[in-house]
Amino acid sequence: MIDRIFHGSRRYWALLALWTVLILCGLAAYGRQFALGLSVTGMSRDVSWGLYIAQFTFMVGVAASAVMVVLPYYLHDYKAFARTVILGEFLAVSAVIVCMLFVFVDMGQPRRVMNVLLHPRPSSLMFWDFLALGGYLVINLVIGAVTIEAERKDVKPPGWVRPLIFLSIPWAVSIHTVTAFLYSGLGARPFWMTAILAPRFLASAFAAGPSLLILLALLVRRYGGFDVGRPALQALATIVTYAMTINVFFVLVEMFTALYSAVPHDVHPFSYLLTGLEGHSALTPWTWAGNILAVVCTTLMLIPAVRHRERALALLCVGIFLALWIDKGLVLVVAGFIPSPLGVITEYAPTAVEIAVTAGVYAVGGFVLTILYKVVLSVRERLQSV
Amino acid sequence: MKESRRAFLKELGGGTLALGFGLPLLDAGPWNSASGAVLPEVALPADPAVSAATQWGLVVDVEKCLQDEVRRAVMDACHREHNVPRIPDPEERVDWIWSEPLEHVFPDEVHAHTPPGVRGAPVLVLCNHCTNPPCVRVCPTAATWKREQDGIVMMDMHRCIGCRYCMAACPYGARSFNWREPRDWVQTDANGKPVSDYPTRSRGVVEKCTFCAERLRVGLPPACVEAANNVPGGEGALTFGDLTDQDSNVSRTLRERITFARRVSLGTGPNVYYILPQSIPTAAAVETV
Repeated sequence: MIDRIFHGSRRYWALLALWTVLILCGLAAYGRQFALGLSVTGMSRDVSWGLYIAQFTFMVGVAASAVMVVLPYYLHDYKAFARTVILGEFLAVSAVIVCMLFVFVDMGQPRRVMNVLLHPRPSSLMFWDFLALGGYLVINLVIGAVTIEAERKDVKPPGWVRPLIFLSIPWAVSIHTVTAFLYSGLGARPFWMTAILAPRFLASAFAAGPSLLILLALLVRRYGGFDVGRPALQALATIVTYAMTINVFFVLVEMFTALYSAVPHDVHPFSYLLTGLEGHSALTPWTWAGNILAVVCTTLMLIPAVRHRERALALLCVGIFLALWIDKGLVLVVAGFIPSPLGVITEYAPTAVEIAVTAGVYAVGGFVLTILYKVVLSVRERLQSV
Repeated sequence: MKESRRAFLKELGGGTLALGFGLPLLDAGPWNSASGAVLPEVALPADPAVSAATQWGLVVDVEKCLQDEVRRAVMDACHREHNVPRIPDPEERVDWIWSEPLEHVFPDEVHAHTPPGVRGAPVLVLCNHCTNPPCVRVCPTAATWKREQDGIVMMDMHRCIGCRYCMAACPYGARSFNWREPRDWVQTDANGKPVSDYPTRSRGVVEKCTFCAERLRVGLPPACVEAANNVPGGEGALTFGDLTDQDSNVSRTLRERITFARRVSLGTGPNVYYILPQSIPTAAAVETV
């Protein structure tokens, strides 16, 4: 089964080459960061987390979203997802790897990473996130490998994998809840300290992840000759629509609470994002772009006639994915630091090194995903030809 | 100056030695070291009799710190004592004790009619050695911890992985990350050696005030307290002592004066207190260090 990754079309190798080039660029940039310190990033005393931790947060959501295909298929026996579920699980595997790498590249002392396990402190949510992500990676890798192997042999998956699959459902919810708790438990950061953060994280994850999965399924159909089927795509589209609507609602609820109560500590980060604060407005264009994209795409997705058209669906998925990336992968983390607890506004913009490292980490995810999907496609191709 | 030092030692002896602070330490290897090069990360041996009560605290008399010389002496003494890198870039600064405008320090105490002079009045800030420190709660590797014996929030720069979660959690901005190589920015003497034998840090770790744990160990008051007392007009600007000892200077000051702590509503239980001045002379307010 594994040997399939060494045999592929020219397009397959070209894709792997592209990821490799990006990974090498990322490595070069990381080498610079490793040599000179995190000083080469745009982060600062006041904005002490930036692009890396924001990507980590966003990608935890993508990883968690596998549950949106696993749950209907295994819990509700929703047959239409039979061919999609493995794509979701392997997407989760690559996403978790990306998450872990983003935490790693953000560390000031990466050589001490094992201290998290050697000297754990259970009161730290970061420790729990470490465990949750590690566990989720193993669970999905095992489930994916075992089910695809069973499929290859044309037998039923072994019985022991079923409890593991059921375990993966609450586990998926837990990884994103724990990630939200990283933020929402900090009294120093009123922008994050909201009970809606975990639900909002889950809602946005269940919109962003399946959006990406729809796009991947379309790509796989076009270039890999493997079709998950229209019912599966449309079911995913429905999931995206509901999740995104709930997410927009949660964001509005949050904004209402902060803006109507008019408590300055709660208002300031929103003012910074929506209108700019004291002449600082680096994130304002991004915020509005994200908000408008979110509202327009959600509205269009709500119209069945629109989302039933595949081309429109693909475009809307790109829009929703982008909107949520801006929201979680850019705005949410940075705005928590603005203004600082002392009321100082220090703005943040990533440096070229940071962007290159980020691209490199994503390329690792792309590389892993390409290989994993290649295995799936090879197995299915053989089954179809038999 | 001699006076206050003697008074401090008496307090240290009367208050804490009696509680057993010194007894288990005197023969414990690292604590005996006179070199001062011992890392402050080694935990004191557990002694239930001690851990039951003691909590160091500091009172800052803001009025006495309005003088530039006082604040400068305090900051310089601390930063020299601990080889704190003096990085000019404000975004990458490392500070253990520094000066902030009053409106940053007490954001909930200024209002629409607070005059600019008061808003801008310089106030010394440092780690609050909170009773319930959020930085300790969030640290994934226990690289920072609340020392039971004396309530100091300690920092192990050898265990810190540089995740900066503590910086996100601290509501006082009291934690600094070494974004770049700190050793390039440490004050050096004529021979190019750091001015103090306090261990220098590596890049990529967080650091902060430790109430001069290394000095307390050998019976000295924190460097900032000593420095303030050495400046004419700065005597008593910083009062340090055991908050659980009713006879300590710090307890007496807290009993007799109206004092404030930063952002008490967050429940962190800061152990650094402030006596705010009746009024701010305009000249002092304008210039901040």
